[in-house]
Amino acid sequence: MSIFDLSGTVSLVTGATGGIGRATVKALADAGSTVIASDVASEGGVDGAAEYRRLDVTDEAGWTQLLAAIDADHGRLDNLVNNAGISITGSIAETSLAEWRRCQAVNVEGVFLGTRAAADLLRRSGADRRGGSSIVNLSSVGGLKGSANVAAYCTSKGAVRLFTKSAAAEYAMLKWPIRVNSVHPGGTDTAMMDAIYARYVEIGAFPDLATARATVSAGHAMGRMGSPDEIAAGIVYLCAPAASFMTGSELVIDGGMTAA
Amino acid sequence: MAGRLAGKAALITGGTNGIGEAAVRGLRAEGASVLFTGNNEAAGNAIAEETGALFVRHAVQDVAGWAAVSRAIRDRFGRLDIAFANAGINAGDSDIETVSIEAWRTIVDVNLTGSMLTCRNAIALMKQNPEGPGGSIILNSSINGILALAGDVTYSTTKGALRLLAKSVAVHCAKSGLNIRCNSIHPGVVETPLILGAIAGAPDPAAARAMLENVAPMGRLGRTREIVALLVYLASDDAQFVTGAELVIDGGSTAGLPGV
Repeated sequence: MSIFDLSGTVSLVTGATGGIGRATVKALADAGSTVIASDVASEGGVDGAAEYRRLDVTDEAGWTQLLAAIDADHGRLDNLVNNAGISITGSIAETSLAEWRRCQAVNVEGVFLGTRAAADLLRRSGADRRGGSSIVNLSSVGGLKGSANVAAYCTSKGAVRLFTKSAAAEYAMLKWPIRVNSVHPGGTDTAMMDAIYARYVEIGAFPDLATARATVSAGHAMGRMGSPDEIAAGIVYLCAPAASFMTGSELVIDGGMTAA
Repeated sequence: MAGRLAGKAALITGGTNGIGEAAVRGLRAEGASVLFTGNNEAAGNAIAEETGALFVRHAVQDVAGWAAVSRAIRDRFGRLDIAFANAGINAGDSDIETVSIEAWRTIVDVNLTGSMLTCRNAIALMKQNPEGPGGSIILNSSINGILALAGDVTYSTTKGALRLLAKSVAVHCAKSGLNIRCNSIHPGVVETPLILGAIAGAPDPAAARAMLENVAPMGRLGRTREIVALLVYLASDDAQFVTGAELVIDGGSTAGLPGV
């Protein structure tokens, strides 16, 4: 069997109704995994998902219930993609404490809660799987570099980067068969980026949407934004047995944005 | 089943042992046509015979000799899609106070200048691909390109340089609209003949193996096939938005501080 094949595995993707989330569900399913899609919406309609479960990643009890249900229904979990995230766009001066906390709660606490809740089932499932289980945390190029008007978001994504490395080191040290890696997309063509562009225009950072999009696109050496499928393909690699020696790593998928 | 690299042509330098040899075998298994180089003619011919890859005896730092390598790729494949700049040495290396200038120059010549020449010659070929410029270049750096070894000042320096060579090449190619990607990979301690030889030659081989295994929190050496799986991802169209990135594959070796 190909080391890129995910047949027989069960995967959970949070934030599955967003651009990267949908592409990830589809790509994992195409690779053979049974995918549980989750998001805060009551209905998902996510192509490729075997089932949809409502989950607010900031809800500790919700995580416990979801993992119990997955254990009961599937008996295993091989891949957890902590993809749910929100962006807050605005100057530091204009960012409210409530917005700041909301951003850290979803982007950072959500990853912590998901990792902690899923670790036991991932550990049990990884024991009999080549390459072990895999947690993929969505950070961002904003977790590698700071950026004006996105301080709350960059702070949260930087935290995801080092939470990932700490979890990787801890599980490896414990000899738990769980790999943990972060993915760092550049600007990706999603509803979230459209919302960021709209906010850039609203706060006067750019005169109009077209200029915002063109400027961000030009910030990638390749001169374009990424597609959700390109991010999803990297996530599938990290979930697959092919990545069996990768843990604590950063997979940057940014068309060269942070290279220079 | 068609391989993930079917229809692609690859160049691998230093392909006669270790990770390079595994890459020759692995890329052949994924359907790529492969030309590999190295100094060891006997090993090269044997691997070529076994895999159907082409072997050309060539030392990467031999500037004039590159013409024959490029000609062979053009004549036999008519294209180049993948270049793995893998050739590297650390013979004679030492710490900054004692390393000989001859050893320094030889290691820089092979590891750094050789990789630069690999990039330059690969780009020239990739620009002439029948359907237009395109390709994926992968530089084999090391975790020593991120964290230094005191007793291997030249090796550490050259591997660090490869990290930024890859980024500079990546940005140049992307901004030139060439559709040629370039990334560095950073393996941890891998079970190569070089490492196995070092273990066997140590005063206490068991202790040496334990020491090297514990470089990674995962508690084991990497396998050459795991490095090759990363190459396959980077070489494939799945990674088409990945350029200028550094892919650490080290079982968590550089993710964190030593565990407590």
